[in-house]
Amino acid sequence: MQDKFFHHTTQLFAFVVLAALVGILVSLTYEAWPSIKAFGPSFLWTNIWSVPDDKYGALAAIYGTVVTSVLALLIAVPISFGIALFLTETCPVWLRRPLGTAIELLAGIPSIVYGIWGLFVFAPLFADHIQPPLQALLGDVPVIGGWFSGPPIGVGILTASIVLSLMVIPFIASVMRDVFETVPHVLKESAYGLGCTTWEVARSVVLPYTRVGVIGGIMLGLGRALGETMAVTFVIGNANRINGSLFAPGTSIASTLANEFGEADPGLHIASLFELGLVLFIITFVVLAISRWLISRSMGSEGL
Amino acid sequence: MHTRNKLAQGAIATILGLAFAASALAADITGAGATFPYAVYAKWAEAYQAATGNKVNYQAIGSSGGVKQIKARTVDFGGTDAPLKQSDLDAAKLVQFPSVMGGVTIVMNVPGIASGKLKLDGVTAADIFRGAITKWNAPAIARLNPGVTLPNMAITVTHRSDGSGTTYAFTHYLAKQSAAFLGEVGAGNTVNWPSNAVGGKGNAGVAANVQKIKGTIGYVDIADAMKNRMNYVALKNRAGNYIVPSQQAVADAAAGANFKVKGMAPDLLDQSHKNAWPITSATYILAYEKGADAAKQKGIVDFFSWSLNNGQKMAADLGFVALPPNVVKMVEAEMKNIK
Repeated sequence: MQDKFFHHTTQLFAFVVLAALVGILVSLTYEAWPSIKAFGPSFLWTNIWSVPDDKYGALAAIYGTVVTSVLALLIAVPISFGIALFLTETCPVWLRRPLGTAIELLAGIPSIVYGIWGLFVFAPLFADHIQPPLQALLGDVPVIGGWFSGPPIGVGILTASIVLSLMVIPFIASVMRDVFETVPHVLKESAYGLGCTTWEVARSVVLPYTRVGVIGGIMLGLGRALGETMAVTFVIGNANRINGSLFAPGTSIASTLANEFGEADPGLHIASLFELGLVLFIITFVVLAISRWLISRSMGSEGL
Repeated sequence: MHTRNKLAQGAIATILGLAFAASALAADITGAGATFPYAVYAKWAEAYQAATGNKVNYQAIGSSGGVKQIKARTVDFGGTDAPLKQSDLDAAKLVQFPSVMGGVTIVMNVPGIASGKLKLDGVTAADIFRGAITKWNAPAIARLNPGVTLPNMAITVTHRSDGSGTTYAFTHYLAKQSAAFLGEVGAGNTVNWPSNAVGGKGNAGVAANVQKIKGTIGYVDIADAMKNRMNYVALKNRAGNYIVPSQQAVADAAAGANFKVKGMAPDLLDQSHKNAWPITSATYILAYEKGADAAKQKGIVDFFSWSLNNGQKMAADLGFVALPPNVVKMVEAEMKNIK
């Protein structure tokens, strides 16, 4: 009797979450409806965001979101891999706990702090000491040169990507560490026994064994990067345009919402913002769902 | 037992009665809207409560939000930087009046040029902010600044990335100066800035961009420019004089304006007074003509009459400019329509 009561109560709590999820999806769609009706699917690939003309398209925001997130992963994945490998393979035992905790604490820093640090500390340093040499080095290379053109102003797509990468490293590194720890010692010991170096063990034993979990961790980081709002709003430069240069200001879905929601005009403007929110919701939902699925598969069938 | 019960009942009745009387006297009022005047309203509300015991609660949710909330009748009064048109006021049965004024100033970060030493006129400013002038030593700027050594440096335009009344006033001013600006960028809370312009969130975000990025030009409220000790430009006004931003120059702009128009929202931009600051604007309060709660309606009138007559110095200390005495009289007359 008591068990049944307990079962139903907890079930209710669990279903509340599900109901909230569905409710958010429904209300986003409902509020976005005027925009969905006015622009149709072309909303997704139209490169215009003009409040004075009351014309909206999501391409610039989607571009900024995807580019900053992918660049952030390009920076964060190798570093996280190194951190996880060090922690599980070569780190002295006494250092493991404090280092691991420090990385997890990094995940607990509020994103606004990253944003303020990015704008006030990192961006000026970046403009004075990193952007000019990068430009001098790569500015004349065909194709790639265009990515580093424009005045070195510190804020922009690349700055946002670097700040984002710092924010996702703890997530990716801790998942990687956890899945690396699931590799049976027998396998590693045999490889070492055959005379493999640590790098060879990592490449040929650890990585193949945990491949799916590693991908899941990366996707988890991607999910976080896609939805990050405040830090990106501070450093991305907030221009509703697509510019080929990574030094140029851009925008992301989340930062557009943060910027324009407060003073949005009723009608199409606010509906388009809701539709942007819906697009982000779907992108993040899919990414997170894939990552959960991959992690659970890795932990379940391939782990201990 | 019986008597004790009666006593208890009596006590409860008394307490309820007292509580009711207190709430009827106090009639706490709630407003929501524009963020720009928030500091002033908060200060006024604090002083008003200290003086009269009545509470006023103002939530800075943005001008559009304020208009939405007052139309939906979820707040007692709304605040907006963009005044409503008379037709909108009539349709929603609202009374509108100005509460306090401010100015927007152009700020810059150009190595070697001190605050107030760079002169701009409206058209040149519009050309810079629409991205048509891209270098600090461009002939159009040099022509206005004989004797000033202008660096050969790219101009980076910075602007508010969040929709804002500051942008509303600034872009309307530039649009008046230049048809090209109106066509390319537009005028409103959120506009189409040129593609290489950098957005900052809030006045603080723009201020940070201007202070951190060399070669930037941006715009902030005069109050923020003073607070952050930013370098401003001298702007040519309608009378042809180059004016540096100050509270006095804003007051001079208002002195020449005629508030005897419907909705009490005259255009304060580019006034003809010889010392007028060109980018002057007022912020407005919206209230119902007929409210459901007479005590709250009276509370709104009492609060703003008290504030407009006692709060000038508080506004000035925060970098704002109080309404001139003759306008205060007109607002008091207009508030008689709030019933």
